[in-house]
Amino acid sequence: MQIILHIGRYFLLMKRVFSKPERFSIYFRQIIYEINSLGIGSLGLIAIISVFMGGVITIQGAYNFTNPLIPIYALGLGTRESIILEFSPTIVSLILAGKVGSNIASEIGTMRITEQIDALEIMGINSAGYLILPKVAAAMFINPFLITISMFLGIFGGYVMGVASGACTSYQYIFGIQTLFVPFNIIYSLTKTIAFAYIITSVAAYQGYYIKGGALEVGKASTRSVVYNSVLILITNLVITKLMLL
Amino acid sequence: MIEIKNIHKTFGDRKVVEDISFTFQTGKTNLIIGESGSGKTTLLKMMVGLIFPDEGNVLYDGRDFTSMDETAQRDVRKEIGMLFQGGALFDSLTLEDNVKFPLDMFTRMSEAEKKERVNFCLNKVQLENRNKLYPAELSGGMKKRAALARAIANSPQYLFCDEPNSGLDPKTALVIDALIKDLTQEFNITTVVITHDMNSVMEIGQHILYIYKGKKWWDGNNTQILNTTNKELLDFVYASEFLKQLRPKS
Ligand SMILES: Nc1ncnc2c1ncn2[C@@H]1O[C@H](COP(=O)(O)OP(=O)(O)OP(=O)(O)O)[C@@H](O)[C@H]1O
Ligand SMILES: [Mg+2]
Repeated sequence: MQIILHIGRYFLLMKRVFSKPERFSIYFRQIIYEINSLGIGSLGLIAIISVFMGGVITIQGAYNFTNPLIPIYALGLGTRESIILEFSPTIVSLILAGKVGSNIASEIGTMRITEQIDALEIMGINSAGYLILPKVAAAMFINPFLITISMFLGIFGGYVMGVASGACTSYQYIFGIQTLFVPFNIIYSLTKTIAFAYIITSVAAYQGYYIKGGALEVGKASTRSVVYNSVLILITNLVITKLMLL
Repeated sequence: MIEIKNIHKTFGDRKVVEDISFTFQTGKTNLIIGESGSGKTTLLKMMVGLIFPDEGNVLYDGRDFTSMDETAQRDVRKEIGMLFQGGALFDSLTLEDNVKFPLDMFTRMSEAEKKERVNFCLNKVQLENRNKLYPAELSGGMKKRAALARAIANSPQYLFCDEPNSGLDPKTALVIDALIKDLTQEFNITTVVITHDMNSVMEIGQHILYIYKGKKWWDGNNTQILNTTNKELLDFVYASEFLKQLRPKS
């Protein structure tokens, strides 16, 4: 029964989040701020992970492609497909669910227990809209850019490792990443990304917004947000993949 | 004028507020006093709609706040300033931006006008030249004062203060009391102050509601309170041995 309560309350919260803002200029300012803190702040982490994962995917490809019938350029092609279809949109979003999601849940949760949310409400401000909408909008806007950068860096990491380890030549890798390219895959991938961005921010915000109690609860809410987000991302991933690719 | 009518609140099986009716008068500092845990904050939060009463009504100058929808409540709240017991300053904003926040949200003032208003409010609570500090860099009493500055920034019609001078030294406490009283009279505000400080009661107790275990136990003003015969209130007023010696014999 608990789950029905949460789902109902989540959608009621979303109704308040997406109601008309008091002052567009202030929301806009908040969105810019969140783009910087949620988006640009995650760039370093994403860059490092992407380069290393791209490298690992290429090495594993080289390790497995021992059949002489498989052309060497398949290494580039394989890395490209893994990165674009799954690693960048899904795995990076899962990592963001950990970083950004727990951050949002604890920030909003702390505001709840220190009565800052009540203070907003007393001023006659729609606290749900003011606190949550800019985060959701910022993530849905900036995450596709982050994921695109992650794709480039992942493929670049594969290139560096492939060439450095002698698994392929520079020409073969680049030929590989140009072969059989399906532009629709990018659309599929970025669609997932936007859906995940919405899930990460709104679910984390929900967890923080309804905290009762003290600092202990803030920690629990931030953990819960990561758990729920991960599960929801995986389920959504499956649904979108089925709808768009099959 | 704020009227509360037959307000009840139960948490679990604990009756925290029981059948309280009272009229908070405009242009006067109305005090809610009572022991710790007697339900003062709960009553105040019900008046502003942060806690829903189980029963009863709250009327702002005749407007029935309890039965309004969310949008209408929000409009009334734009006329409210509130000082929370814990301050509730926005951690991510400087002192200046905290006070400026309601102005940004609801007024068409220019930046210069806002700045002037912010400095005026900070001056009033004796926090001038601290504009750029963050709440984490303030002492407990400074937080209280900053929160009061934010509460009065947008010239509220109704001012609620939950223990405005707890954590302040006696001298600053008097300044804050005087400020609240002056604002109330000058701008004809309906002010509700929670306190358990007898100094404040004597200084600004123009209309006092005494709550005992969630019930309205006594009401009156600061001259009447000294001559009360109500036993619980006497114990509250003359709590210390020192004060008991000063108690008028009747
Ligand atoms: N959200 C809540 N859930 C359950 N019980 C609560 C809640 N809020 C307050 N109470 C209980 O209600 C009683 C009154 O609390 P309240 O905060 O109104 O006291 P108070 O008069 O403001 O005390 P103080 O002077 O110490 O601030 C307390 O016993 C408290 O335990
Ligand atoms: Mg209290």
